Amino acid sequence: MSEFDEAAKTLLFDAPNSYVGRSVTRPNARRLTQGRGQYVDDIVLPRMVHVAYVRSPHAHAKIVKIESKKAAAMPGVVRIATGAEIALVCKPYVGVLTHLQGMRSPPQYPLAIEVARWQGEPVVAVVAQSRAEAEDAVDAVEVRYEELPAALDAERALDPSETKIHKEFDSNLCFQRTVDTGGVDAAMKSAHLVVEDTIVFGRHTGVTMEPRAILADYNRAEESMTVYHCGQSPHMMQGIIASRLSLDEHRVRIVARDVGGSFGIKIHTYGDEIAACALSLMLGRPVKFAADRLESFLSDIHARDHRVKAKLAVDRDGNMLALEIDDLTGIGPYSMFPRSSGVECNQVLNLTGGPYKHKEYRARGTVVFQNKNMMCQYRAVGHPIAVAVAEHMVDQAAAKLGIDPAEMRKRNLIADDAYPCKSASGMRFEALSHHQCMDKLLALMKYDGLRREQSDLRKKGVYRGIGLSSFIEVTNPSPMFYGVGGARIAAQDGCTIKLDANGAIVAATGVTEQGQGTETIMAQIAATALGVEMSCVKVLTGDTDKVPYGGGTWASRAAGIGGEAVLQAGLALKANILQAGAVILKTSASDLDIVDGRVVKKGTEQGITLAELARICYYRGNELPVDFQPELVVTRHYRVKDYAFVFSNGAQGCSLEVDIETGFVKLLKMWCVDDCGRVINPKLVDEQARGGIVQGIGGALYEQCLYDDRGQLLNATMADYLVPMAAEMPDIECAHVETPTKTSMLGAKGAGEAGTGGAPAAIMNAVNDALRPLEAKVTSQPITPEIVLRALGKA
Amino acid sequence: MKAAAETLEVSLTVNGEAVKRSVPARLNLADFLRIELELTGTHVGCEHGVCGACTLRVDGEIVRGCLMFAAQADGCTVDTIEGLSDSREIEELQSAFVLTNALQCGFCTPGVLMAAQALLRDEPNPSRERIREYLSGNYCRCTGYQAIVDAIEAVAKARAARSVR
Repeated sequence: MSEFDEAAKTLLFDAPNSYVGRSVTRPNARRLTQGRGQYVDDIVLPRMVHVAYVRSPHAHAKIVKIESKKAAAMPGVVRIATGAEIALVCKPYVGVLTHLQGMRSPPQYPLAIEVARWQGEPVVAVVAQSRAEAEDAVDAVEVRYEELPAALDAERALDPSETKIHKEFDSNLCFQRTVDTGGVDAAMKSAHLVVEDTIVFGRHTGVTMEPRAILADYNRAEESMTVYHCGQSPHMMQGIIASRLSLDEHRVRIVARDVGGSFGIKIHTYGDEIAACALSLMLGRPVKFAADRLESFLSDIHARDHRVKAKLAVDRDGNMLALEIDDLTGIGPYSMFPRSSGVECNQVLNLTGGPYKHKEYRARGTVVFQNKNMMCQYRAVGHPIAVAVAEHMVDQAAAKLGIDPAEMRKRNLIADDAYPCKSASGMRFEALSHHQCMDKLLALMKYDGLRREQSDLRKKGVYRGIGLSSFIEVTNPSPMFYGVGGARIAAQDGCTIKLDANGAIVAATGVTEQGQGTETIMAQIAATALGVEMSCVKVLTGDTDKVPYGGGTWASRAAGIGGEAVLQAGLALKANILQAGAVILKTSASDLDIVDGRVVKKGTEQGITLAELARICYYRGNELPVDFQPELVVTRHYRVKDYAFVFSNGAQGCSLEVDIETGFVKLLKMWCVDDCGRVINPKLVDEQARGGIVQGIGGALYEQCLYDDRGQLLNATMADYLVPMAAEMPDIECAHVETPTKTSMLGAKGAGEAGTGGAPAAIMNAVNDALRPLEAKVTSQPITPEIVLRALGKA
Repeated sequence: MKAAAETLEVSLTVNGEAVKRSVPARLNLADFLRIELELTGTHVGCEHGVCGACTLRVDGEIVRGCLMFAAQADGCTVDTIEGLSDSREIEELQSAFVLTNALQCGFCTPGVLMAAQALLRDEPNPSRERIREYLSGNYCRCTGYQAIVDAIEAVAKARAARSVR
């Protein structure tokens, strides 16, 4: 089923001058190499002041008294505001999606009022002439707290004896969901083998190199608010800020220039950012908040923190019959607004076992409140958990049956010719290529040779491990992701494209750039659609006053959805240009084409440049017939209609060595084969895979937010929180399979999260492959040396 | 609060220009460059000397701008990413970074380029392992590092090839 003409696609994308499929460099990269980026903290406005926050030192405490007289008298202090004062101008928000049935979360205010519910929650705002003066005064604000018992352990969250975090709820339950095909028990009973395990995933966070920052500039004369925000979703923020502060949405402008890494961190409603906007409204002048690194660790959303009990039933030949999982996750004291903190668990339920043929599936997900920092969507939401759980179970069953892990996957992966079809969890797949990807991966890895080398080295006491993972990735989401649940987050995206008066093309898109290469691929698509050089195309992003309404960049949607809008807008503009060309050249539009920036009669060089056409249309309308009005600006929008999500898929491999004396894991190499549909820029896709894999490596081996038993975050500095560094990272080899989606003409699926989704599974399987001869096994991430030594009985 | 208010006179050369300022004693060099001189290419990532985003050159050696007070730079020659770009000293590295896509968000990039230039000055022909080891003080959350290593290696090889000819 396709509304798009196959022949037209071939003509467009396979044409000699097509930019689609070419690894062109990024026009906006050179500026960044020269230090000429403009991140929010680089922006200085007249009369700008800075806000810093008094944050709760306790995980759970009653705020008894706030004494700020001394602080208010400190040098440079402009204003001190409590949560109650901010609430006078800012409405609270509730982070629930109605389609996640039964989900609940109480109203949340930018600053804590009466009770602070996690260590690091902002309590008092201090505005001063400089950040340093604001921090000095923060130290002088006296807040008297009465510490309350903290509910920290997700396992205990629903125990009747546990502290209840919100008095309006009878328990700490936020959301619960089950999926059940009905035949799991019977399948388990009759199975040849049932393997069982509990897999634990630690809490980690995004650690964007640029900490969160916002600069809000309220103009009383216009009743307008301009907000410079380092974020991924300008229109979403526009709606949130307008509605919370009771401003007209069309008078709120969000500008997102350069963003120093986001990965899902900068797409949520943070109290310290909303309070900065509220303070600008209160003061009538620009207010900047730039988080320092300690604040980032304490208040940037955390992610993962799942405990999954899993059971897999297989027959004698290793065919998977039934999979059962029970996922428990703690999300902090509130569900994050507006995307909610139930989505990661929901994704785990939807995605676990998704690549495989088993018919029976039962899953239960439980999301609970706790007195820790809030959790929400970070790169590859739910995927690292879903993939690691299924892949671990597949390997456990394969090992018990003596089947090679690659062979085990080939027996169970959904056949490449079985599409369209549904997973046991009910996900609809349009067209995936698990077998092609796995075959390509094994060839790339030289899998058999690796296995031989592994067995030779084992005889010498060297423990190498080889791990595989097959995965699906949610990309190009339809309104069924957020819109259906009542969130004002656009699934559609638009592009306004114009021919300017000098013959150049300017394309404004609702998707945003955080370094992925969004602007580059949009220029590639626009240039291809129009038949011009890419250097003639300028792309605008990240400004709600200048770009059409859209969702921004998240859930691997920019290329697939934003790209299709650019393609459709580009083709529509081309048609309008050809129409104008036909009038000027006194021929019919169907006889014309645009080649190398010139409107020419097909098959000839006869014609005019776009600059000449633009000149006539814009300045010399007197030369045109009275009944013809050229339209050289067009807008097109696009949304995914046929599927809830357009799934991509892929396979990853890992080779590593475990030092069984120290427990250290040394990564030797990783491989990734990804099918993201039509590849627009192979180099940029590879770099998304590599960067994503390294973030997956971080979660699998190093990164963890460590809390003590009073809810204090113990490692909130970059010196104490380990992220992947250059020396420990392996080279990563990438390859592609291309199964273009037929839901768009462009055929692109997303590629931003596959690396992060698939890597932890491949790594954990490789570690367990290395440890297998020692009858040891790890089942929790990050796989630190201590975890390995404990598995070996040495710690 | 006395320490916070205390100021010191400093004279230094920044990107070849003489600069004279009165600075708070507690102001670090990275903030001095960013706030006082509006040289915002130096980025502040961790304020602990760990992430490398504020890497600068002081008297020819790379330092962490967040671990040095502005007052300590009195009499020094300071080079920032803006200076090395304007003088075209690191143009070859910058081009290689663009070509291999050795940057995504660009926040770590000025610091990484500073470090790369220092490495190639002292060790013109480093192995990939050596490049990776040398960059251990420069965090990047976007690229996974491989493209950065590729870019630096490519420049080293190109320079070696030129010196043979």
